[in-house]
Amino acid sequence: MPKDGGIGASTKRREDVRFLTGKGRYTDDINIRGQAHAWFVRSDVAHGTLNKVDVAAAEAMPGVLKVFTAADFAGVGGIPCGWQVTDRFGKPMLEPKHPVLAEGKVRHVGDPIAVVVAETLEQARDAAEAVEVDISELTPVLDMKAAIAADAPKVHEEIGSNLCYDWGFVEENKAAVEEAFKNAAHVTTLELVNNRLVANPMEPRVAVGDFDSAGGMHTLYTTSQNPHVIRLLMGAFVLGIPEHKLRVVAPDVGGGFGSKIYHYAEEAFVTFAAKTLNRPVKWTSTRSEAFISDAQGRDHVTKIELALDKDNNFTALRTETYANMGAYLSTFAPSIPTWLHGTLMAGNYRTPLIYVNVKAVFTNTVPVDAYRGAGRPEATFQLERLVDKAARELGVSPVELRRQNFIKPDQFPYQTPVAVVYDTGNYDATMDKLLEISDYAGFPARAAEAKARGKWRGFGVAHYIEACGIAPSNLVGQLGARAGLYESATVRVNATGSLSVFTGSHSHGQGHETSFAQVVAEMIGIDAGQIEIVHGDTSNTPMGMGTYGSRSLAVGGSAIVKATNKIINKAKKIAAHLLEASEADIELKDGKFSVAGTDKSVDWSGVTLAAYVPHNYPLESMEPGLEETAFYDPSNFTYPSGGYGCEVEVDPETGKVEIVAFSAADDFGNIVNPMIVEGQVQGGLAQGIGQALMENCVFDENGQLLSGSFMDYAMPRAEDVPFFKVDHSCVTPCTHNPLGVKGCGEAGAIGSPPAVVNAVIDAFHRAGRTDITHIDMPVSPARVWAALNG
Amino acid sequence: MYNFEFVKPSSIAEAVKALAEDGAQPLSGGQTLIPTLKQRLNQPDMLVSLTGIAEMKGIKAEGGALVIGGATPHAAVAAEAAAHYPALAALAGNIGDPAVRNRGTIGGSLANNDPSACYPSAALASGATIVTDRREIAADDYFQGMFATALDEGEIITAVRLPIPQKAAYVKFNQPASRFALTGVFVAKFADGVRVAITGASNDGVFRWAEAEAALSANFAPEALEGLSLSGDNMISDLHGTGPYRAHLCKVLAKRAVAAA
Repeated sequence: MPKDGGIGASTKRREDVRFLTGKGRYTDDINIRGQAHAWFVRSDVAHGTLNKVDVAAAEAMPGVLKVFTAADFAGVGGIPCGWQVTDRFGKPMLEPKHPVLAEGKVRHVGDPIAVVVAETLEQARDAAEAVEVDISELTPVLDMKAAIAADAPKVHEEIGSNLCYDWGFVEENKAAVEEAFKNAAHVTTLELVNNRLVANPMEPRVAVGDFDSAGGMHTLYTTSQNPHVIRLLMGAFVLGIPEHKLRVVAPDVGGGFGSKIYHYAEEAFVTFAAKTLNRPVKWTSTRSEAFISDAQGRDHVTKIELALDKDNNFTALRTETYANMGAYLSTFAPSIPTWLHGTLMAGNYRTPLIYVNVKAVFTNTVPVDAYRGAGRPEATFQLERLVDKAARELGVSPVELRRQNFIKPDQFPYQTPVAVVYDTGNYDATMDKLLEISDYAGFPARAAEAKARGKWRGFGVAHYIEACGIAPSNLVGQLGARAGLYESATVRVNATGSLSVFTGSHSHGQGHETSFAQVVAEMIGIDAGQIEIVHGDTSNTPMGMGTYGSRSLAVGGSAIVKATNKIINKAKKIAAHLLEASEADIELKDGKFSVAGTDKSVDWSGVTLAAYVPHNYPLESMEPGLEETAFYDPSNFTYPSGGYGCEVEVDPETGKVEIVAFSAADDFGNIVNPMIVEGQVQGGLAQGIGQALMENCVFDENGQLLSGSFMDYAMPRAEDVPFFKVDHSCVTPCTHNPLGVKGCGEAGAIGSPPAVVNAVIDAFHRAGRTDITHIDMPVSPARVWAALNG
Repeated sequence: MYNFEFVKPSSIAEAVKALAEDGAQPLSGGQTLIPTLKQRLNQPDMLVSLTGIAEMKGIKAEGGALVIGGATPHAAVAAEAAAHYPALAALAGNIGDPAVRNRGTIGGSLANNDPSACYPSAALASGATIVTDRREIAADDYFQGMFATALDEGEIITAVRLPIPQKAAYVKFNQPASRFALTGVFVAKFADGVRVAITGASNDGVFRWAEAEAALSANFAPEALEGLSLSGDNMISDLHGTGPYRAHLCKVLAKRAVAAA
């Protein structure tokens, strides 16, 4: 096997050639002959009654083809939600309609009211200013706890409440958890906020609708992480277009971080308008628009409590979380604070009893859904802040309290009290590795040196678990998912031996085109350059579920392995025929089929040619050709884990926190491309540090977005993050997928926020400010100063 | 952006003439105006570019002062002022990012007088003279509150004359998102006294801190500021910091500026 191209090689990313030379083909690069342009008229108030939308003047403006309002969408469905959560009383969640364009009310700043389609974008914008919108403002619903009071104004009057669901998990454990708290030797309590974030991928969303009236074929080009999911949701639930008449293409996509999973109104709009007008219709989001129309992340308010016995063993954990849904249910929103959050509350620990309560609340804000990590960062932040606080209260080392309660290597597979079974892990190993690479032992000397410079230095540890490789379809179906979560692959071998591999795992920064090719190259023993990875077009790829939840290699990669194994099995039969040997004696090594114990062999391309030029071929028993499709549905989640260490220096005069060192020791199972893994971790860490120190999506008392641009929404820049020490040498392979991989895309964003905040609190305590036990994210200079001087 | 006419004169006289037209607005580096136009928050009939006027560009030392053409970009100040007025060059070199520094101009910044911009503090602390197409204005008279200046309609800053202090330093505390000054303090020590100008903090825009100037004129050392404080009452309070926080930063940064000068 070529050392530079198989599993374990840090092969340079082939897709970067086009990205770095300006040859990427993004949705906004797609311009179809005759294309018209859409501009959305959006609500500038958070909550109001929509009295009238008068489009007459706008429709008379130059170049305007049509101005659409809710009335045009009377015959189509609402934007569907893909997950139904059942509450603790057995009732389904409240699920209000999410119209394509606002009907009768506006419910958040940015809620689309009308759309102008014109010959040019500037004409559409000009006409949009002539759309007369009459809104009577209503009191906005913003505070989650106030929102669920009986007399609170309602975001959706027709459902009668702002409480989407009140979820208990595991409801049957509730009484036992209460009892354990009564018997606890010590209880640590923490109230915290997980700050709302704006995903801000580099490429804003774009959608282009096209319609072939002769064949009745719709095509949607869109910035999506999962084109098949969009085809299913939009075709079946919104517009009523059967799949064979709807092609969805997600070409190069400039980052998603979750925000491009969901089906959005703009996609349905351009598809609908293209048919209505018989013209291609394009919409490109501005950055300002992205701040008020892309689903946002996090936004939890939590109280969490830990019970310990007299020997500092964790005996029970309980939480109460208010989770903001925003104004409408985005595609997977209900699942994030529940099944992707409650199931992770055991963390790395043997806590025997856990009860999680989550109240999901509608507010007059932009909808909230998955954002890198999705539920798992919220779980990890609470738990790892709480364990740190417990250690300080008990006067024990945060590292040692964690170790004492870790699930031990010989206890896997481990059944947690929150439904999931961890297959493998070795948390002591990753903690050891973290302490080694972060030079934990040398910290006191560094702290003393910093003190001499007037800086308070702190060291924070966090240890995380995540559930990735989403997910076993039968399980998630029981939990309320309205979709399967398998993945697909078709491997098409060409006559001369090259391969095209079609995968449902869309790549938008993850490097699939490189690492998936490495997997196939390793299996067959040919150069990775012989393999093309194709993704992003429903017309050429079997139905796949897309890219999120760190699932691509674990689920999509496994589908590719299955399909490639089918290919190899058939190729062996062909080779056996060519070599006049028994199939059982055929070995494949380094791209060559040989008969065991002989010097007889035929190379890979000899077999593939025989498959397509079947002159000497067992046609009576086998079809010609070499193309196989496989679907892989995992039997469990994967459970990456790791220890993260953050070292900060706090400037007590200004309150500024500088991250001076950050180390990550992860266990991702087997690794296909270490360089790509390191890049994924670094990106995740930067995002987690962004959340911890800088990013904050803030609405004012009127529901206006205060952080509506990069002038006020602080994104981390290179100077805000240190050089990371990233290690992934601790490996406990996943036991249930063929590659033994776990997934690495979200880890950095999950493990880093608590490490950062723990480090800040550690710095405070070392400086004698033991009165400060928590500080909410983002830990901005102003907040630190307020905490120190409050 | 709405449609507008665009002219790019090559002399101050032509620019002044063009600006006399109804609905004409000057455009220098455009670092504030262009984003405003793109958001359709401004609708000029005509933009008069000031960046094609040779006599408004360049930096020269002249009788103990630095004279900088109004259309000189920050990057040029960062590079060329270093030998004469290092604190000013350092300030210019830390505005925005390279793209901003290559487009944005000193005249544009002073004419806009953003309460969080860096240059107003340098001009005020230096006791600069703002030279326009029709008169000269002392910095003490020029800054008149947030986004407000002594400039008349159509008046152009052609140059800025900054006396070079014996010692000076600017210390800026970044607003985390925009990287404008959450608070920035410029301290300049002259033979006849110390001037301290603060940007980013006050609801009235850039201002001089008189008590600090008096204390530092007596003893140019950080400790001289120890007993002083500013009230947060009239300070900017926003997402990134309260008035009291900004008032606190004024003192911390002033001390650091004195130490760095």
